[in-house]
Amino acid sequence: MRVGLVIVSHSERLAEGVVELAAQMAPDVTVLAAGGLPGGGVGTDFDSVVAAVQRADAGAGVVLLYDLGSAQMTAELAVETLADPGSAVVVDAPLVEGAVAASVAAQGGADRAAVAEAAASAGAPPAADTGLAPEAGAAQSTRLTLRNEVGLHARPAALLVRSIAGLDADVRIRLGDDEADGHSVLALMSLSARKDDTIDVSATGPQAGEAIRRIEALAERNFDE
Amino acid sequence: MGCGAADVAALLRAGAATIAEHRVELTDLDRPIGDADHGENLNRGFTAIVSTLDTAVPETPGGVLKVAATTLISKVGGAAGPLYGTAFLRAATTLGDKSELDAASVVAALQAALAGVVARGKADVGDATMVDALSPAAAAAEAGENNGIAGLLAAAADAADQGARSTVPLVARKGRASYLGERSIGHLDPGARSTALLLRAFAEAVR
Repeated sequence: MRVGLVIVSHSERLAEGVVELAAQMAPDVTVLAAGGLPGGGVGTDFDSVVAAVQRADAGAGVVLLYDLGSAQMTAELAVETLADPGSAVVVDAPLVEGAVAASVAAQGGADRAAVAEAAASAGAPPAADTGLAPEAGAAQSTRLTLRNEVGLHARPAALLVRSIAGLDADVRIRLGDDEADGHSVLALMSLSARKDDTIDVSATGPQAGEAIRRIEALAERNFDE
Repeated sequence: MGCGAADVAALLRAGAATIAEHRVELTDLDRPIGDADHGENLNRGFTAIVSTLDTAVPETPGGVLKVAATTLISKVGGAAGPLYGTAFLRAATTLGDKSELDAASVVAALQAALAGVVARGKADVGDATMVDALSPAAAAAEAGENNGIAGLLAAAADAADQGARSTVPLVARKGRASYLGERSIGHLDPGARSTALLLRAFAEAVR
């Protein structure tokens, strides 16, 4: 049972485009479009949003993302009128990045709060190094050369994040001088790692070894290309 | 005088008539700073309210306002649908199942409507929105509570009218108009104008 997503937009085509993009990253997540007016015009329709939220809720709750101001109002009003307003939440996030980050988090089994957080933090600049000591557990690392055609593009990045979702391990991926959080699709994509690039994977935490094994296996399979 | 469900329904019918009458004006106000649909959208919503009330009038004033709220939310769209819908919904909730309204409950309903609009739209006075009409209206209604429902609504309508006019020199800070920045100066906010029109219609209907 995964958290569902609803994309509220003034434009039917914009909402469907965002759904298309998000769904590619998260095949098992219900991502629904609530865009445009019933007659086909530009606008947001309250009843369509309510219906989409109800259909997207498989029991784990729903996260809503929106495009412009009044879409936010419509989305918030829709949530307030639900039988259980606590089952859904409207997130202030960049629509495209937020939808991608939320769908991958939902695919990995994150709960509603974590999916919302993934969306909300999607547009933020990368967090500065906190300088905190690594968690308990021996650090592990491996070096991999990407053999798949597209490198760490959207789909492979999503597969990588999903492969280690739920593991108690902090995973960092390094390409040259750039480092990315292995749990963030967007951060991984921003590395722009291409075919034949060599990446360094390091992991800390109780399940660091398992995380490394899974990423190695994924690279071995050429990210299922 | 008292004010029962049938009286509140009559207010809404008067509001629908004024929106229909000013439909083109409201849309024209919305054209240079918004998406040129305010008059059409509100008219669609209020027309739907009237046809619902033609079928059956709920038993309480709060029930009538709730019908208005849900109809506006479903039919109006844009920002006006959720904002007016929230305003009527909060007013309805405040009135509960009272069968007759007195001056104090009308004041409370207006204040609840204002609080709802502010919460939904997150606008303050001075942002060039309907809050610039509704906020002084709620204050004037409270100050005029001793003058009865007709008196307080007349005071609210006057204050709303003045408040709407005050949006002309302002830079819009919420809604579609805010994207225009300084270029939004010199325009009467359509939402403030429709709020003033509705309150005027309500005031004249109870007089």
